[in-house]
Amino acid sequence: MEHTSLLERILRGIALTLVVIFFMFPILWIFMMSFQTNETILRIPPQLIFEPTLANYTALITGKLMTAAGTLDIAFMRNLWNSVFLSVTSVAVSLLLGVPAAYAFARHKFRGSEDIAFTLLSFKFAPALLVLLPLTLYFQKLGLANTYIGLIWVYQLICLPLILWIVRGYFEDIPADIEYAYRIGGHSWFATFRKIALPLAGPGIAAAGLLAFIFAWNNFVFALVLASADKQPVTVGALAFITSSGIQYGQISAAIVLSITPTLALALYAQRYLVEGLSLGAVKG
Amino acid sequence: MSASALTISGVDKFYGPIDRGVHAVKNLTMEIGKGEIVALLGSSGCGKTSTLRMIAGFEEVSRGAIAVAGRKVHTLPPVKRNVAMAFEGYSLYPPLTVRENMAFALKAARLPRSEVDAKVASIAKLLEIEDILERYPSSISGGQQQRASLGRALIREADLHLLDEPMGQLEPQLRAVLRGRIKHFIKERGLTAILVTHDQTEANALADRIAVMEGGVLQQFDTPDRIKERPANLFTGTFVGEPPMNVFEAYVGTAAGRINLRLPDGLSLDYDKDAFSAPVRDQLLSRERVVIGIRPYAVRRSKEGVPARVSANQWLGDQTHIAADFAGGSLVLVEHDRTRLDLGAPINVSIDPKNLHVFDQASGKAISHGMELA
Repeated sequence: MEHTSLLERILRGIALTLVVIFFMFPILWIFMMSFQTNETILRIPPQLIFEPTLANYTALITGKLMTAAGTLDIAFMRNLWNSVFLSVTSVAVSLLLGVPAAYAFARHKFRGSEDIAFTLLSFKFAPALLVLLPLTLYFQKLGLANTYIGLIWVYQLICLPLILWIVRGYFEDIPADIEYAYRIGGHSWFATFRKIALPLAGPGIAAAGLLAFIFAWNNFVFALVLASADKQPVTVGALAFITSSGIQYGQISAAIVLSITPTLALALYAQRYLVEGLSLGAVKG
Repeated sequence: MSASALTISGVDKFYGPIDRGVHAVKNLTMEIGKGEIVALLGSSGCGKTSTLRMIAGFEEVSRGAIAVAGRKVHTLPPVKRNVAMAFEGYSLYPPLTVRENMAFALKAARLPRSEVDAKVASIAKLLEIEDILERYPSSISGGQQQRASLGRALIREADLHLLDEPMGQLEPQLRAVLRGRIKHFIKERGLTAILVTHDQTEANALADRIAVMEGGVLQQFDTPDRIKERPANLFTGTFVGEPPMNVFEAYVGTAAGRINLRLPDGLSLDYDKDAFSAPVRDQLLSRERVVIGIRPYAVRRSKEGVPARVSANQWLGDQTHIAADFAGGSLVLVEHDRTRLDLGAPINVSIDPKNLHVFDQASGKAISHGMELA
């Protein structure tokens, strides 16, 4: 099968290396910064050789930030927990609501079904800032501002349309006759949904869930406006590193490393599902 | 064959709004007895699959009623209709092996394990898929998947077995063998089966009765023999039969005590008045124009016949198909021996009035078949 010449392979290798370096460099640089103090980071010219320190991580984990002006309390670990909690719960709620809805939209054409599906997608079109002002007012009236429930609710704007539209596509790819075959064999539509549709769309649901998780994790604006310090996720919490006595690059880097670790781990783990999900076509007869 | 297995009464199917959408099945009424095998035969889009899916419960019945074994089912969900179905697209469950796929169909019946195994084994033997029982659908060929799907339908005990193009993907030899076995299997167990097909050989070989459909309308519902010998209209006449029936428009006239059927190009088929039975003769003479149909097997070459010119000559291994330019159209005749005729060779053909099918020119309805009125 391999008919490529040596030259071709070398050129391809170089090209791939360049692309990888281009995309990985910022992450690598941040990773290195996270083991340095502000002094070594801000050295000009930057140097690759430094004496690694774990001070940044210690500060984050203990919650005590040493600055020139004194010791600050930061709630990074709390923020990290908030991020995990908010993202996981939001995605879970979205899956619970979105997957059956996606199935309904894929399998049952009813009056206005396309309009409803499109309306749900249109939530993603509105600029977040535009939605936020009225939302904040409502939430304050309803007592939902600065609550986990309120935040999870708003996060549905991010997760639900994504899951709905991706999963719907996967359901539509399953030949309806497979489900008919199961139903005619004496099973209810709910059993068919559980035993046939869900497992066959499984990889797609996993992929959609993963994407939704990443989007929820990376959300900044909603949490910034609607949550105060104790409910903030890491994305907002990182603002605390801009202190009166300067920006704490070392801690920010360490915070970034800590906060991208869960998503990165999840993405690496779920990679095979993503690939499987994309090759669902194997189901066809 | 006494009790009714399926009654379809006045069923309409519209895709889209009733009376305004696509009218796929038009006022269909048919009754199928218990133990019968019926083929729905027609070209693509004739409404045969829509009919099958309405019986199964995957499509709503727009108007009319369907009863299975005396129970009105057209408003019930598929699960309550007690019908089994083999799908055209196989629709095997991808995560299950062929064996599990077939055993799965029996799950609702809650049979003991040993009985399930025995049933799967016997069906697998019947369909020659014993060697792939442990394989997954994605790893077997289309023909094997089709047999597995057929097996999954036949293994069940149901009031009605619906088979949608059950053998379309099989190789010709295997198809012929399986046809016989499946028919035997269905008859032996007294099952009632409806198969949808566009292959008339399959319909002829398997079915007790054939329902010919076209444009959503049931054209004729009769035994294979009668459909071939007494087609109800021009459509059935030309659709069923291989090679297709030769059809020509003719003006009816009389001259010197003989009946002339005048064809285009100045040709004429002349018959003695007494060659037709009295009722047929009366019908013929009461009309100015008719459409005549002649089966290719009924066309004879003879010295005195009407002239034609050979335009194609094919030896198919067991018979010769000769096409000839005739009366502004083409006439096909079949001979059982290898015939040496060059292209352009003049021949003369004659047609026995006993083999003449006459149809109404406007409506296409059959008027007579040979000596009998339709």
